[in-house]
Order: sequence, then structure tokens, then C-alpha cells
Amino acid sequence: MNAHLDGNVLAGTLRELFTVDITTATGQCVSCGTTAAMAEARVYADAPGMVARCATCDEVVLRLVRGPGRAWLDMRGLNYLELQLPA
Amino acid sequence: MARAAVLGRLTWQVGTVAGVRDETPTARTIMLDVPGWPGHQAGQHVDVRLTAADGYSTQRSYSIASAPGSTSLELTVQRLPDGEVSPYLAEVLAPGDPLELRGPIGGWFVWDPENAEPVLLVAGGSGVVPLMAMIRTRAMSGSQAPFRLVYSVRAPDTALYAGELADRARSDAGLDVTYVYTRSAPPGWPAPAGRINTDILTAGQPAQPGQAVFVCGPTGFVEAAADLLVDAGQEPRTIKTERFGPSGGQT
Repeated sequence: MNAHLDGNVLAGTLRELFTVDITTATGQCVSCGTTAAMAEARVYADAPGMVARCATCDEVVLRLVRGPGRAWLDMRGLNYLELQLPA
Repeated sequence: MARAAVLGRLTWQVGTVAGVRDETPTARTIMLDVPGWPGHQAGQHVDVRLTAADGYSTQRSYSIASAPGSTSLELTVQRLPDGEVSPYLAEVLAPGDPLELRGPIGGWFVWDPENAEPVLLVAGGSGVVPLMAMIRTRAMSGSQAPFRLVYSVRAPDTALYAGELADRARSDAGLDVTYVYTRSAPPGWPAPAGRINTDILTAGQPAQPGQAVFVCGPTGFVEAAADLLVDAGQEPRTIKTERFGPSGGQT
């Protein structure tokens, strides 16, 4: 099985790390420059961690591994994240 | 503005099972009392964590079925034959039992009752759960937004909430419910069993201006439905999807 899910499945683990919902943030893909909500990324979760790929070009935008007592977050595939915050 | 909220770090909490309700032979709804539940938006999910006596722990995500403000937090769990978590939740868990969970989670796949635009909900199997939360929220909030649910199931006896949906289709003005049967249709059903198609999704009409679309189901179903809608002229940015699958999903 290699069916992908989507960025919604990142929400819980990312909320352990951040105080805002990262899945509603807009991220720009390093590879193709497309901007999209993180929730729209393709997420492959059949692995020790979760790998999020750009829905446009399929390059990796984010990797997230949660282990006992720690987490690893690799966001090399994103140029930036735009987050909605209270005014 | 929920989207702009600073939420704080998400932590685990313990709810208590207040009741269970069978929905189909293989699915049931778990009603939970969760002290200090902060409320949620229709479409959000929770993570549920089970921990064995030896310390082994595993977690899954389940969509919230109930509307915000309901007396209990409801999760509907489809039992998967080879699932690690769902058989326990769907068969063993009993009223009075504790259940560890965290949430609400996810701010993307949510419907805001302040939005008056028409909404198309497309469900594959147990993907109907978060969409049911939207239908219930619409009713509780008195929203007049036109809602149309297209619900694809294998056979009539696998449909979740069939009785409530039939009642609501009669009583909730502006709610339309259309079933698609992929394996076996009920006797006298006007169409043969088959997959979802453009005519069913669009009801033979051009995409309504401003229509928001929520599609939830297994990955293949979501891809197929979203592609059909885009081909029919629905703007891709107006289609929100939630896929569930064999891992990280609702096993």
C-alpha cells in the first residue's frame, strides 16, 4: 500500500510542537514555487514518520518523525509558511 | 476567527464513555464526556490513544460526528477487520470506560455556519462522519445554507446515520441527500449499483456560484470525486478534501 493521505493528518502532531494550526498555513514549495495550504499536501504515513509532498510537483515539503520523548521536523522543502494570527 | 486563533500546545486528556450506539453491524458511535472540552468546529477530528498494560501505545485519528455544543462528544468508528484500534473501540469499549484523546484537531476541513454559500458534501463510506457533523451543525445553528450530501456506500446496510439522514432530508429545509450504491442497491432503486459519476455529483446542473465542496473518504474515492468535480467546472480551490487510509487514518 502506498496510498497517500493529506496534510490534515499532520495536524495533531504539529499541534504538539506549535501553538497554531500549521495545516491551515500556506506554504511555498522550494521545488516548484507553488503555494498551497499545508492541509493540501500529499502525506505518506506508511513509514516511521510522515512525509508531506507538494500536491503540484510531488517533491518533499515536510518530514515529521515523532519518537518517544522527541520529534524531528524537516522543512527544507518549504521556502516559507504564511500563518494566520489574531490581529 | 478560529483560523487565526492561537491555540496553545495540544495535550492528551481523558474522556469517559457515556454511551454507545450501534450504527451498522460494523460501526458504532461512542458518546464521550470530556471534562473541559473547549468546543470544536464541524469537520475537526481527535486523536485517540490506546495504551496496553505493557506500555505499548498506539494512536489513530477519528472525525468528530457531533455538532459543537452537543451534550457529548461523539465519534463514529468503523470496525476494520485487521485494525489495531478500531475493533477495540467498536466492540469492547463500554460505558464508564476511560478513553485517552486530544483535540479538537485540524482547522482546514471545517465548515463555518456563518457561511451562507451552498455546500456540496461528498462522502465515501465512513467519510460521512465529519460531513454529518456539518449537517448537524447546520441544523443546530439555524443556517439556511443550501446543503447537498452525496453519500457513496457499498450497500444499504453499510450506510451510517441512515435513519437520521432520512429524517433530516424531510425536516431540514434546504438539505438534500443522495445515495450512490457501489455494490448492491436496494430493491426498486432507479439506478444500477455503480461508482459515483458527474451527473450524480452535479445533479445535472452547472456548479453553483460560490459553492464550497467537502469530500471525505478513502484516497481513491476522494481523488475520483475531486477530479470529476474539477472536470465539471468546480474551481479546485473551493474543494476541500480529507483522505483516510490504512495508516495514520482510521484503522
